[in-house]
Amino acid sequence: MLDNLVKWSRVKSPWVLHFNSGSCNGCDIEILAALMPRLDAERFGVLLQGTPRHADVLVCTGPVTAQMKDRLIRIYEQMPEPKFVVVCGECGISGAVFDGCYNVEGGIDKVIPVNAYIPGCPPKPEAILDGVVKLLTALKEG
Amino acid sequence: MAEVRIPIGPQHPALKEPERFMITVEGETVVDADIKIGHIHRGIEKLAETKTYVQNQYLTERICGICSFTHTTNFCQVTEYVLGTDPPPRGLYLRTLVNELERIHSHLLWLGVAGHEMGFDTLFMYSWDDREIVQDILEHLTGNRVNYAYNCVGGVRRDITDAQKQMIIRGMDALLERMDYYVKVALNEKTILKRTQGVGILTTEDAKRLCAVGPRLRASNVKVDVRKDDPYAAYGELPFEVITSDTLDVHAQVVVRALETVESIKMCKYMMQNLPAGEIRVKVPKKVGPGEATSHTEAPRGEDIHHLRANGTDKPERLKVRAPTLANILNVQHTLKGANIADIPLVVAGIDPCMGCMDRVLIIDKDRETSKVWEKEELRKYSIEWYEGEPHR
Repeated sequence: MLDNLVKWSRVKSPWVLHFNSGSCNGCDIEILAALMPRLDAERFGVLLQGTPRHADVLVCTGPVTAQMKDRLIRIYEQMPEPKFVVVCGECGISGAVFDGCYNVEGGIDKVIPVNAYIPGCPPKPEAILDGVVKLLTALKEG
Repeated sequence: MAEVRIPIGPQHPALKEPERFMITVEGETVVDADIKIGHIHRGIEKLAETKTYVQNQYLTERICGICSFTHTTNFCQVTEYVLGTDPPPRGLYLRTLVNELERIHSHLLWLGVAGHEMGFDTLFMYSWDDREIVQDILEHLTGNRVNYAYNCVGGVRRDITDAQKQMIIRGMDALLERMDYYVKVALNEKTILKRTQGVGILTTEDAKRLCAVGPRLRASNVKVDVRKDDPYAAYGELPFEVITSDTLDVHAQVVVRALETVESIKMCKYMMQNLPAGEIRVKVPKKVGPGEATSHTEAPRGEDIHHLRANGTDKPERLKVRAPTLANILNVQHTLKGANIADIPLVVAGIDPCMGCMDRVLIIDKDRETSKVWEKEELRKYSIEWYEGEPHR
């Protein structure tokens, strides 16, 4: 019963930490646009948090740069279990247009484990919302 | 009172992008600020040398997601300068149109973020909701909301229909009405006045000395705007005012940006009513140069410079980009001194920082990355030893 309660609260109010590990900003403004009145991700209980210690979901944008690699790992480790990572945007998935830059390590999944990918350059806010809903549905089922 | 050092960042709730501040405070007052940038340096300039001019149109677009169009405009312009091509007038008008639409969306975005920093979240929600009007127009016109892929060397890639023209005029009318409200809010709303007046003052002399650009410079009462001073694309034919303010603080920046948005909306309407007929692009050869050229444009955040050296192949030999935030970050360090701790986010957000733009040009010392934050004395010792060890210069 307690497990159900925990699961229910987790699905109903996922707290999100948004982290830019080298993105061009395009995805960042689209993530914010998804939280804005037109789509209003907050109606699913999604709340943007300022610290990794309060967050359930880490939303990453951009390829991992050499400078941000260690910091990304550190932020991931600071998050409490169970934690989920959503990658938003093409360059977080594979490096995309920045593939081959001397300072870019590649996609987010080269550094930390990833649960969901939202493709697009940048993904539309509708796609981001769809990704959030899919993650929540997956959480609910298992 | 003893001095306390507060590290902020690189992950922090104030901005969406990583950067690190080391703030030294005495009580509530900031006595010194140290800004470490380069966290999202990727190496785009080097990568540009390995890609063709067509590929580089898309790469330069992704230097920054907010002012993406200004970077492609700059890149296309600089390539056109080397080639000696002139895009047709209709192409130039459409290029200018998207540039101005981008400025409107960027300024509304900034107004929202500034509102958020001062705890005025209603303004945040309102302005981002109205920003969607511009985003819809951009999506109709170009096919995407952020990275438009609309520019190309020699013109633009898509023509505009009469229905789209009407849609833009309707959208601009609706926005103009909303801007009346925002200008009123910016000038009269108590929350804004209390949080921004007298905060982050940058005098005219300091602004010139520290090479500020864009709305930050115009808020320091310097009438400089690339669109007016050195007109590119179709700006020479458009009627508009350069907005300045003489109060020098963050409030001046709010007012300058709000009034600039009104000017941009009027320009968009004018362009739609006076759009010349004809072709939208000219064919250009794939191989460019040899030659060298510099181009500058007025990005929403200030002057943006691209320099290209072409060697006659289909790839650039060198592409140098100077984004506006790099010029503006210098004055942040200056204006932070003497501010209250609570004003730090607002002063930093005031210049509308865009790290994605800025962080291309830095040299990263990976060895130093692992070390702790240094005290001044340690740094002094290090520098003395460094120079004693071997004559570097």
